[in-house]
Amino acid sequence: MLVYINNTNTSILLFLISVLGIFLNQKNILVMLMSLEMMFLSISFNLIFASIYLDDITGQIFSLLILTVAAAESSIGLAILVIYYRIRSVITVELMHLMKG
Amino acid sequence: MYLLILWLPLLGSIFSGFLGRFLGHKGSGTISVVCVFSSMILSLIAFYEVGFMGLNHCIVLSPWIEVGIFKISWSFLFDSLTVTMLVVITVISTLVHLYSLEYMQIDPHLPRFMAFLEIFTFFMLVLVTADNLVQMFVGWEGVGLASYLLINFWFTRLAANQSAIKALVVNRIGDFGLSLGILTVFYIFQSVDYFIIFSLSPLFSNYHLNFGGINISGITLIGVFLFIGAVGKSAQLGLHTWLPDAMEGPTPVSALIHAATMVTAGVFLLIRFSPLIEFSSSVLNILVLFGSLTAFFAGMSGIFQNDLKRVIAYSTCSQLGYMIFACGISCYNVSMFHLANHAFFKALLFLSAGSVIHALANEQDMRKMGSLIKFLPLTYSLMLIGSLALAGFPFLTGFYSKDFILELTQVTLNKNVHSIEGAFACWLGNLSVFFTAFYSFRLIYLTFINSVSTTRIIILKSHEPSLLMLIPLIILGFGSIFIGYLGKDLFIGLGTDFWKSSIIILPSNSYFMEAEWLKINLKWLPFILSVLGIVLATIINVTRIHIYLYNTFYRSICFLINKKWYWDVLYNRFFVYPILNFGYLVSFKNLDRGFIELLGPYGFSKIVPTWSHTFSRLQTGQLSHYLFFIVLGACLFFLIIFNQIQLLVFYSVLIFFI
Repeated sequence: MLVYINNTNTSILLFLISVLGIFLNQKNILVMLMSLEMMFLSISFNLIFASIYLDDITGQIFSLLILTVAAAESSIGLAILVIYYRIRSVITVELMHLMKG
Repeated sequence: MYLLILWLPLLGSIFSGFLGRFLGHKGSGTISVVCVFSSMILSLIAFYEVGFMGLNHCIVLSPWIEVGIFKISWSFLFDSLTVTMLVVITVISTLVHLYSLEYMQIDPHLPRFMAFLEIFTFFMLVLVTADNLVQMFVGWEGVGLASYLLINFWFTRLAANQSAIKALVVNRIGDFGLSLGILTVFYIFQSVDYFIIFSLSPLFSNYHLNFGGINISGITLIGVFLFIGAVGKSAQLGLHTWLPDAMEGPTPVSALIHAATMVTAGVFLLIRFSPLIEFSSSVLNILVLFGSLTAFFAGMSGIFQNDLKRVIAYSTCSQLGYMIFACGISCYNVSMFHLANHAFFKALLFLSAGSVIHALANEQDMRKMGSLIKFLPLTYSLMLIGSLALAGFPFLTGFYSKDFILELTQVTLNKNVHSIEGAFACWLGNLSVFFTAFYSFRLIYLTFINSVSTTRIIILKSHEPSLLMLIPLIILGFGSIFIGYLGKDLFIGLGTDFWKSSIIILPSNSYFMEAEWLKINLKWLPFILSVLGIVLATIINVTRIHIYLYNTFYRSICFLINKKWYWDVLYNRFFVYPILNFGYLVSFKNLDRGFIELLGPYGFSKIVPTWSHTFSRLQTGQLSHYLFFIVLGACLFFLIIFNQIQLLVFYSVLIFFI
């Protein structure tokens, strides 16, 4: 019982770290994408633990779907990044402020 | 027939007002004179029927307002008081109409003038014939409106417009008091009908209104409100300032306003309400105080006025004071008698003054007249009759009413009466007799007897007016001589039953009998004083010792009186300008355009752009800031979900300060 709870805590901790990774990162957009991936990972991790804990297959199906979505997402994200780099030849987050309110 | 008395002037007014351009000068003049003349004949018949035969009429025409217990109908009451007023109004009005045909002959707007005169007469008739307060108020306001229209008849003149507005606004102050009075009457009596009010007023003599912990006698409250109305209309001290300024209108208008109609409305109101104010001694005392002060003040102001019409205007004001304090000492019938007499000799004075002004090419300043006795002998004789009647010369009209009022005040000097107000009125009244005689004869001397001080051209052109103007003058001259003698026994004779129930005098307030047995020297006192005034005026003007001119003390007094005791100046400085300033600075600039605008459209239109600018600046374009708000929003969402309201507030405050 205790072991499962600790696993959940680990995944939540991982999630928070990735949130902070996005949040505190001012420079590199690659790190942002990586944190995003880590977020997906922690969530699917959490789902898998939940499915084991509840003895239900749905969580694992969901985690498999999330893996697919994450792969597609990261490929599209990297593609956008490449296009962006081709135009601006810089990928620093701080310099992306053309869309001011 | 009774209603025709009212409809005829209205008809004439409509005809000459709306059809004036088709009828022309002659046509509209004729129609209006015929209308008002027939009205006069009918009211004479009404006077005969109601006054002599004792057939009081109350004609209910149609219902007007019926809301719950509040029922008013258009109904017309013809009792002795009303028919007396009817005769006075229609006779003076007819003569003024006749007079102004000639006087206003070359005026391009004669039809309009006739229409206004006629509508004035109509509203005055509505006022006196009403049998309830609301209908009376229609006439009351209508008279004020008509006076406005007439005073600024020459609307291109600035002074005429100003004084017309002044007349209307100052009257409106009194009207406000009167409307409060009507509301109080309805509150207490649950009706505004004269019959109901008057029959119930003895019952309500001990009725008290609790007003913020203070008990006020209901009758006294009503009386005071009615008196405020009368103060405005009858130009008593306090709201008298409009009356001398109303001289800006044409002279026939002054004759109509000051002799017969408008200013008498206030006195009429008080006389009409005699069954009510008799039951409140404090109201009577107020009437005595204000009336006698007005008589004194106006008499004094009259003596150093240099405008021919203003002198007469002040004398009107003074005589109205007499009428009011005659009401105050419960001699309503004497007051009414004085009103009728005064209408005749005051109309005579005004119309003769108009004749003088007409002859001198519209010169009104008495200092630029003189020696007109040679050029206008008839006008002089008529003016002399009027002045003698005004001064209360024995056996002329003024004597019978004015001296009797003074004798009645003399009674209150008796030791067992205990009436301080009466004594006050007695002395002030007697003093103003002196002033009255003085200014009347100062006017006669300056205008007619002293040597000429105008230009030769004007003097050579001066002439007696034509017959059309002289006929009214002569009729009024005869009236000024005989009306008092003829009417004395009818109106104020001992034990006369002419008034029947239209005037009620409590036996405890009545001093008629005592006034007949005054000491002979007291009876002579007013006459002696007026002779003294005449003699003084003669000395000053004949021997040319201007004692009051070459002495600093007299000069300052003279100046003070000439400036009417600075009433206008003080009013302007302490009431009019502060109120105007308040209206502009406080209620307009600070409140209307300031505070309310700030809370309303102006303030919002200022706040919304600044705030929207602030909010749009939150979107910096930096991804990390957006992320911050996303995370913050997620946190808030969870807080809301888990109902952590206090924390929510805390975070929103935090956001606000960020």
